[in-house]
Amino acid sequence: MKRFWNGYQKAIADDHYFYERSCIRQTFFPGSEAAFLKILREELGKDICDNPHQHTCTGIGYHSDVVPFDTTMTVVARLFSLMTEYGYKNYVPSCVTSFGVFTEMMTKWEEQPELKEKARQYLWEACKREFEVPENIVHPSDIIYKFRFDLKPKMKYQLLNRFTGRPLRVVEHIGCHYAKIFSHHGIGNAEFPYVLAGMIEAWGGEVIDYPERRHCCGFGFRQYLVQENRGYSIANTKKKFESMESYEPDFILTNCPGCSMFLDKWQYTIAEMEHKTYDREGYGIPVLTYEELAGLLLGYDPWTLGLQLHQVQCERLMDKIGIAYNPSEKYRGVSGLRHPSPEKPEFLKV
Amino acid sequence: MNLIEHLKEDVRFAESLKACMNCGVCTAICPAAEFYDYDPRRICDLVQRGDEEEIERVLRSDTIWYCGQCMSCKTRCPRGNVPGELITVLRKVSQEMGFFRYSEKGRQQVFLMNTLQQNILDIGYCVYPDRVDPDYHPEQGPIWRWYHEHIADIAPKLGANYHGEGSGALRDIPQEDLDEVRRIFEVTGGMELKEKVEEK
Repeated sequence: MKRFWNGYQKAIADDHYFYERSCIRQTFFPGSEAAFLKILREELGKDICDNPHQHTCTGIGYHSDVVPFDTTMTVVARLFSLMTEYGYKNYVPSCVTSFGVFTEMMTKWEEQPELKEKARQYLWEACKREFEVPENIVHPSDIIYKFRFDLKPKMKYQLLNRFTGRPLRVVEHIGCHYAKIFSHHGIGNAEFPYVLAGMIEAWGGEVIDYPERRHCCGFGFRQYLVQENRGYSIANTKKKFESMESYEPDFILTNCPGCSMFLDKWQYTIAEMEHKTYDREGYGIPVLTYEELAGLLLGYDPWTLGLQLHQVQCERLMDKIGIAYNPSEKYRGVSGLRHPSPEKPEFLKV
Repeated sequence: MNLIEHLKEDVRFAESLKACMNCGVCTAICPAAEFYDYDPRRICDLVQRGDEEEIERVLRSDTIWYCGQCMSCKTRCPRGNVPGELITVLRKVSQEMGFFRYSEKGRQQVFLMNTLQQNILDIGYCVYPDRVDPDYHPEQGPIWRWYHEHIADIAPKLGANYHGEGSGALRDIPQEDLDEVRRIFEVTGGMELKEKVEEK
């Protein structure tokens, strides 16, 4: 039995990580990225390199068919060459799409070693660079999962409803490319994904199982990026909301920056188009990234974490947990200027 | 060139279509099949049959552009096929042969090339907030318009290095690194694909 479950585990390096930035996360959730690096360095005392010469993995372009396989493979090789140059062996791509791209290239290189040689030749021809493959590739959510019990004693809050004393009920959504492509790279595999459920349970919450738990958030790359195709994207997200609605989740937790954004923003769109929200009161279901959740429970300022950038407001959730925050700081910038509040949606309550 | 041979030249082809028994599990799990008139089972069957006329017809159609690349099909296929990966190979050949121009969905590649690939070449990222226009993205809501207007003052509060030098989120990537990325695109066929798709 123990050996059977070993197939659902993965090796996660203990320290000395080479970090790779996500295009989507830095665009929509820069506070999450900063929180992740702060948690690793300041709470866990780990070494993580944020290299100034890194760039996109091209993943969104690759899955939108505007970047060829050989190009993406060689861009991956360049990122590995930076890791090699700076003396690291543990690679941490922070986007779920990137994680899928890196695991795809590593798998292809194992199955077809001549491809790795081709990548070496291309990289040398283009950049006069060489690379070693990482010893360990993990997603940042894997690292937070690994250290979830180390973080717990440092946390000021738990996932408990302070009014009822009961655990908060949480829907978790895992980005498709975390484990659906190469399932053995995900904690719990594609069948029993536990990377977010493990955090929720460790920090006092209760995980909701619901019929469309594993359905895609609906990004679909070209299906969202081209405005005319967005019906695909919102229809898939709506299917998930309809499936989770009767379970009355307190919030949604994700490990993919794209999924976080869609699950948040499509609630606004559906509310404005159809006058429908998936909570009882008309505010929508708050959506958090795992870094925002960890940061909030550790007592970080929600306006430094970036919760003011969510369209579905998070104050009611913070009130439930008992998290202290200053509403007057919400729209204040680094200059000290307090900017006018964003326009209010017509239907979605804020 | 024979189309099936052209498809087989792609290193992903062999893994994506080993032997399909037409069970239809991929279609059952497929988000695109729920939304569009799309059936990945039929795509696998069509390519497996090797009917050149049928393959050319599908390469000229909207059908191959419906997949959302979630890859749920890979998890479920009992034979280890990957219809979503087969689609990427079909799309590649459709673009190389110029067939994508014959379908409305296929022609959207020109827009994607002008935005996504151009972003990578210009700034080193696929996506960057300055290039997510609130008018093109009304679904992002008033909060995105607000952030877009005040980003220079808000992003640093969130720990970002907006248009700064060095490391950190949203920093400008040094020109020498952008030059190397562009050179990779030149050497590996990325620029060639761009020229083919944008050809008038």
